Amino acid sequence: MIPAEVFLTFILMLSIFLGFELINKVPATLHTPLMSGANAISGITLVGAISLAGTGSQDLSNWLGAAAVALATINVVGGYMVTDRMLAMFKKKGS
Amino acid sequence: MDNLIQYSYVVAAALFIFGLKQLGSPATARRGNFVSAIAMLIAVVAALLDQGIVEYQWIAVGVVIGAIIGGAAARLVQMTAMPEMVALFNGFGGMASLLVGWAALAPGSATFTLVTIILSILIGGVTFTGSMIAYGKLSERIGSGAVLFSGQQVVNSLIVLGILGGAVMFCLQPDNHSWLYLVVALSLVFGVMAVIPIGGADMPVVISLLNSYSGLAACAAGFAVNNNILIVAGALVGASGIILTQIMCKAMNRSLANVLFSGFGSGKVEATVVEGEIKPISAEDAYYILEAASNVAIIPGYGMAVAQAQHVVKELAELLERNGAEVNFGIHPVAGRMPGHMNVLLAEADVPYDQLLEMDDINPRMENVDVAIVIGANDVVNPAAREIESSPIYGMPVINVDKARTVFVLKRSMASGFAGIENPLFYKDNTRMLFGDAKESIGQLVREFS
Repeated sequence: MIPAEVFLTFILMLSIFLGFELINKVPATLHTPLMSGANAISGITLVGAISLAGTGSQDLSNWLGAAAVALATINVVGGYMVTDRMLAMFKKKGS
Repeated sequence: MDNLIQYSYVVAAALFIFGLKQLGSPATARRGNFVSAIAMLIAVVAALLDQGIVEYQWIAVGVVIGAIIGGAAARLVQMTAMPEMVALFNGFGGMASLLVGWAALAPGSATFTLVTIILSILIGGVTFTGSMIAYGKLSERIGSGAVLFSGQQVVNSLIVLGILGGAVMFCLQPDNHSWLYLVVALSLVFGVMAVIPIGGADMPVVISLLNSYSGLAACAAGFAVNNNILIVAGALVGASGIILTQIMCKAMNRSLANVLFSGFGSGKVEATVVEGEIKPISAEDAYYILEAASNVAIIPGYGMAVAQAQHVVKELAELLERNGAEVNFGIHPVAGRMPGHMNVLLAEADVPYDQLLEMDDINPRMENVDVAIVIGANDVVNPAAREIESSPIYGMPVINVDKARTVFVLKRSMASGFAGIENPLFYKDNTRMLFGDAKESIGQLVREFS
């Protein structure tokens, strides 16, 4: 039986290489929306925070989780909305 | 149920990747962002189905507060203030990962988990305070210059040693929370110490790097709570930030270590004597030259953002085109305070993106340009980078505006650029200085045309 952490590390390694390939193709003109979009994606911590904030045990862990939910949601909602607002402004000549 | 959740994460990961792929072209980018948002929604809904969740009220409170703040910020922020907003969001991402790492600490955790917990606290903490300092510098709530003091290296080394020691002790004695608090405190302090020695003009590098850290912190938190989707999404963000950091460093011809540790632009630069004289020009005379030009290049810099001149610049570009001239914009990778900053400002002013040329595309055309208009840019058009070996920016790739037939430089005064480096461009025979506020000066040109 291969331990779980090996699988996680494997996923990490593949994701990093994939990330390099994908991001290298983003043109310079879109670098600001790329960064704000990345802000939104890094709000994925929300997924981890949700399970910690819903344990029902009113302990420190629960409060930390709830605070993390709020912060990560700012990133997710704010990040996607502002990226969309920016990308809507990019227009081709004549359109 | 558990399988359903895990498969949902697989779908979410695929959609994140597909969304980023569509970001490869301005034509599909908006759809890509939407696909990425759907991926996030799927992941969040799947997380809510987790059977370990017995109570939803605190989740709901957190989500509502976060959504209100995030939504308001996204609607209200001005495009010139995007660097500050991204810096702030990097910080929130870092703090969220710190909290998740901390909350994931349970009695009897395996050593591997303890290591990843301490990593997510460390990276998250550095990202948080580092981003807050970057935010302060960008919004000029604190001085944007580099802060250097003697013994800085020693202090920083001690902090790093303290963090390493605390982290090792934490993994050996996870029940003694003093070590945890020590690492939390020191990583917060280290974030401050890491960003204060970096000057405002180097901020594009710093926020790219902090962007990367916020992803890596999410990754570490993913290990701590044993969740694939955090690792995949975090790694994508981490890779994105690292690539942008590399591009920025290359565009300044400096190594990352040099940006992070040298305190560039802190006033230690020797003054070089430049031969020639400054030739000012009036808006009226500038108009006559522009009126006769058939090929115009506009090179914007951070000064355009400060003067909020992007709309009036677009107006001028339109008038020039109506007058029969070809107009292009030349964008240096480090123009502005974050990667792509100028492109967003010009897009906001309705300049079509196919008119925005990268440095490597505009430089070969420069010899055919009748008039190059430099608006609030300085170091990125400084020919000293090619000509003067003793110059601190020697070797940095620049936009060669001096090769155009005539160069107009719009500038407030003769004060030197951010890095405090003399710019021989201002003294060249074909350069004319149009002094004054950029928005004012271009407004005058627009009035001359109409």
